[in-house]
Amino acid sequence: MSYLDKDTLKIVGTRPIRPDGIDKVTGRANFGADMKMPGMLWGKIKRSPHAHARIVSINIDKAMALPGVKAVTTRADFPDIPPDKRTIGAMPHNLWDLSRNCMAKGKALYEGHAVAAVAATSPAIAEQALDLIEVEYEVLPHVMDVEAAMADDAPVLHDDIFTAGVEPKPAKPSNVAKMVRFAKGDVDAGFAEAEIVIERRYTTKPVHQAYIEPHACVVSVAADGQTTIWSSSQGQFMVRAYTSRIAGAEDNASIRAIPAEIGGGFGGKTIIYLEPVAYVLSKKSGRPVKIVMSREEVFRATGPTSGAVVEVKMGAKKDGRITAAKAVLKYQSGAFPGSPVQQGCICGLAVYDLPNAEAIGYDVLSNRPKVAAYRAPGAPIGSFGVESCIDELARELGIDPLKMREINGAKDGAKAAHGPTWNNIGYMKTVEAAKAHPQLSVPLGPNQGRGIASGYWHNAGGESSAACHVNEDGTVTVTEGHPDIGGSRASMAMMVAEVLGIPFERVRPVVGDTTAIGFSASTGGSRVTFAGGMAVTQATQKVVEELKKRAAIMWDISPEAVEWKDGKAYPAGPNAGSFEPLDLPAIAGKAARTGGPISAEVQINAQGQAPGFTTHICDVEVDKETGHVKILRYTAIQDVGRAIHPSYVEGQMQGGVAQGVGWALSEEYIYDKDGRLENPGFLDYRVPVASDMPMIDTVLIEVPNPRHPFGARGCGEVPIIPPMAAVANAIADATGIRLRDLPMSPPRLRAALDATEPMRAAAK
Amino acid sequence: MAKQHVSTIINGEPVEFLCEPQQTMLDVLRDELNLTGSKEGCSSGDCGACTVIVDGNIVCSCLMLGAEAEGRKITTIEGIAEGDKLHPVQQKFLEHAALQCGFCTPGFIVAAKALLDENLNPTEEETRYWLAGNLCRCTGYDKIIRAVLDAAAVMRAEGAR
Amino acid sequence: MPNLSFTAPTTVDDAINALARAPGLAKPLAGGTDLLVQMRSGRLRPEVIVDLKRIPDLIGIRETSESFVIGAATPGIMLSEHETFSRAWPGIVEGVDLIGSQQIQGRASLVGNLCNASPAADSVPALIAAHAVAVIAGPDGRREAPVEAIVIGPGQTSLKKGEFIVEFRVPKPKPRQSDAYLRFIPRTEMDIAVVGCGVNVTLDAAGLCTDACVVLGAVAPTQLIVNEAAEALKGHRLDDDTLSRLDAAAQRACKPINDKRGTIEYRTKVAGVLARRAAAIAFQRAAGRVAGVH
Repeated sequence: MSYLDKDTLKIVGTRPIRPDGIDKVTGRANFGADMKMPGMLWGKIKRSPHAHARIVSINIDKAMALPGVKAVTTRADFPDIPPDKRTIGAMPHNLWDLSRNCMAKGKALYEGHAVAAVAATSPAIAEQALDLIEVEYEVLPHVMDVEAAMADDAPVLHDDIFTAGVEPKPAKPSNVAKMVRFAKGDVDAGFAEAEIVIERRYTTKPVHQAYIEPHACVVSVAADGQTTIWSSSQGQFMVRAYTSRIAGAEDNASIRAIPAEIGGGFGGKTIIYLEPVAYVLSKKSGRPVKIVMSREEVFRATGPTSGAVVEVKMGAKKDGRITAAKAVLKYQSGAFPGSPVQQGCICGLAVYDLPNAEAIGYDVLSNRPKVAAYRAPGAPIGSFGVESCIDELARELGIDPLKMREINGAKDGAKAAHGPTWNNIGYMKTVEAAKAHPQLSVPLGPNQGRGIASGYWHNAGGESSAACHVNEDGTVTVTEGHPDIGGSRASMAMMVAEVLGIPFERVRPVVGDTTAIGFSASTGGSRVTFAGGMAVTQATQKVVEELKKRAAIMWDISPEAVEWKDGKAYPAGPNAGSFEPLDLPAIAGKAARTGGPISAEVQINAQGQAPGFTTHICDVEVDKETGHVKILRYTAIQDVGRAIHPSYVEGQMQGGVAQGVGWALSEEYIYDKDGRLENPGFLDYRVPVASDMPMIDTVLIEVPNPRHPFGARGCGEVPIIPPMAAVANAIADATGIRLRDLPMSPPRLRAALDATEPMRAAAK
Repeated sequence: MAKQHVSTIINGEPVEFLCEPQQTMLDVLRDELNLTGSKEGCSSGDCGACTVIVDGNIVCSCLMLGAEAEGRKITTIEGIAEGDKLHPVQQKFLEHAALQCGFCTPGFIVAAKALLDENLNPTEEETRYWLAGNLCRCTGYDKIIRAVLDAAAVMRAEGAR
Repeated sequence: MPNLSFTAPTTVDDAINALARAPGLAKPLAGGTDLLVQMRSGRLRPEVIVDLKRIPDLIGIRETSESFVIGAATPGIMLSEHETFSRAWPGIVEGVDLIGSQQIQGRASLVGNLCNASPAADSVPALIAAHAVAVIAGPDGRREAPVEAIVIGPGQTSLKKGEFIVEFRVPKPKPRQSDAYLRFIPRTEMDIAVVGCGVNVTLDAAGLCTDACVVLGAVAPTQLIVNEAAEALKGHRLDDDTLSRLDAAAQRACKPINDKRGTIEYRTKVAGVLARRAAAIAFQRAAGRVAGVH
């Protein structure tokens, strides 16, 4: 049965109210910090005040002696992780790094790095106990800036890291953890044949995902190791596996990791910080332990994304055809390796059909918190460089920016610089839609400008499990394993209801804990509607087959003679017999007699994920005296494959745009000369507020992905990629000033304006 | 340190509680009264996730001491709906998909209800500035603003009947 | 905070006693929108908190024939909703209105904004420009001081132990007198002022300025009364030449710092920009107020 034809769909593509909606608008929904368990203790974490320091000694005696303190933990309670145990399954993280991130070993590598923790009978006592833990540090020189960290004389964070990807293997340890390179054709030849070549340098600052819910968990370890973890995360299976390994439990079967409702993640909750610490405290104290991060801790000690330097060189013919493009990307990974520089190398250039291309990336350590994934990790930074540079090139050539993309954009049959040949992609459709969009006809007034930018993200597939159960009354429960961070469980229920042909309200989706459903990889990579959707669809299709079999039994005919349509079993044709159709309640009511409960569970490693492309249009107005930039209008046009629930697809696009605008104009980590974060709060870490944004227009283009039953492509990450360049290009259009360093905050814009256009004292 | 004994009215019901002097109203709601609908996002009054109504004004409950609640009338997210009848703001949030993760939603709903209690015909700009103290990281605010303006329209129409 | 105690007196004298007799740090509490943040961050560890909000007369606005009297613990929203005061001193109300979000408005008070003694306080420049007076109660009785005498440095006031401000007295504007307050912030809301400027002007029937006061915020350790800027306005209309001299005077007075909210260079330039823009609004309002406020 093919669901790719939109005209046949009755539920998918509509906008029902999400099943978890009432709980969320009445305050009933339970997030990470909303859980209480009897006997619960409050845990708090002691953190390094230094950006780089050897931990000479830790004395916990006074803390242990404080009445109300039930457990104290330090690195001594956490096992080393041998080389063969540093990854688990297909999960991407290095557990040894993560273990030392959760609890520092030997050295504090960033301000805020956890060095000890306590559990006590009240938050106030836990706080007091932290003050009583005596830590002796030997402060070491620190390094913050990415290029400073690459220098030969930089303080080295890890003496056992030698730059990977370089031949021959270096003899000296380095902060450059890895070098990667992608190439196509011959860039030198390409530049030689170009009629214009430009080289530009762009920089970005680290920005945080800034989810409104701080990390939180409650962990309860019984004496026999049976454990309950309640936490807000993007993957309860990841929580179980990582906690088990880092805390030394090595007993996944005994751990029930329950996914709380999650108050935002954007990639930042695809790893853990608290659960292993709470585990150890709970084990030591014999009581449940709750740890909730303060906002300050979230900023100081959880992964932002990289700050970076992106150097782009582009060569083209006068007619706009790019002959060569080269990008060198230097990304901060923070205290442990693993910046998303590889994605940065790939995604920026992937938008274009380039005969010759090269991207070189460096993953660079520095004394900052270990970076975590942030929505299309690596791609927004790389695209800021590439999309700005292509705009600069277009201006030099006098070619309209959209025309530039028409000439050079990726099309079916073209081969990307990183290898794949495009098939069934929608990039050109986004460009065409941008050209036709009414925003382009809105006249621009003084100090106003318009910018265009595009983006690409590959999206992910991967492991998902799903179970579909027909209940005794004919309602349906579908259990899947993906925390719902954006409304995905509604889409799951819609797909199930579509396959069964029953009303959406008769299907109740459940996000199961690790004991209730098979392994499911984390929510992220824009994979849940794709991979999770594939799993629930397959499970439901199996249920339909079973329903047909049961009807056949009830009618005493062959199962081949039964068809399923609009929620009922029918005899397939007049020769099958004339029976009244059987709906779900009728079949479920007799299930015990026809073979037992009606359920199916499916486990897949989803393949066939399809990329997403997008083009954005941004209009700005600049106050040249203050450097303030106002976003006047914004349109995001994206190929989404098939919008299962269009409201939530639009929501992903709008949310990504707002994050990108904040990244462009106002968000940045500000450190002092001692490597201490100066703005660990929402006052001075400035995310866009409601009055900063206009309405965000969305255009959903659907080029279905035939590898997904309903044609879905991932859509959640793509929208954050273009805004920084779209805003920079709009500012350039408005003022003639090209800003290449993020954020494009008012002081920087005013200074750039003054440098090229000296202001007179009186306004004109 | 002696605990404060406080008598107050929460969501129309008389409530008594004991709290330590340094506990905020948010701490009291969440940890003493099991009203966990109000959320802690920042504890510095910058995100609005803890918004409640005190004697008719929206405030950040993280910036109010529990002891200050004595004799006051407080409305939390749990008191916005009447039984199973949702307030128009709640209903419109659902219809417009004005929530994704839902964490900021209680704060927004309380703040928006207070806006509409005062002004049933706010402009888009007035609505955005009224809600500037409520941070949302998921939605980009678009559908939230549409939901509030639509709720206002519904309430105006109901008032006209 | 193991030794914290909380008290909510109902008379000024009880409040004075609670503040004066506390062995350690005692803080008065109005809206709490600065105090609780600082307690939470560990910057302040008071032993006693004295809630002023149960004292009658400390919340509310009343009028005499000469002035408005604003209770110290009056929340911002009450000021914004007071029609007569908003018409009389729109600049002061603009400043108060800009203190944080709508939620902050439900609690934050003029006295708190002043006594927190942040150089960037939004309500203070226009209050100073309007020549407001603080009425202070303490162990030695009552005294008065002009508002600009209260803040002596970042986080520091001239109040003695046991003293707190009971009310502000703001003179009623004369005919053709009005004010304006502008601030610059990176976003559209929710930020601490990078620069703030309050301008109070009095015009004659011909539109010439007869009196002025220009106060800058966030560009020095305390608010700056810029006499040179006032002199640039007096005797003149607000033409390009006046604006130019005003801008220059404002820039010359600045003594800002580089911090995470702005650079020295940027703050200085924007001080000039805001002085011009605030003066334009104040002039327009003053010209429109043909009668005074009675």
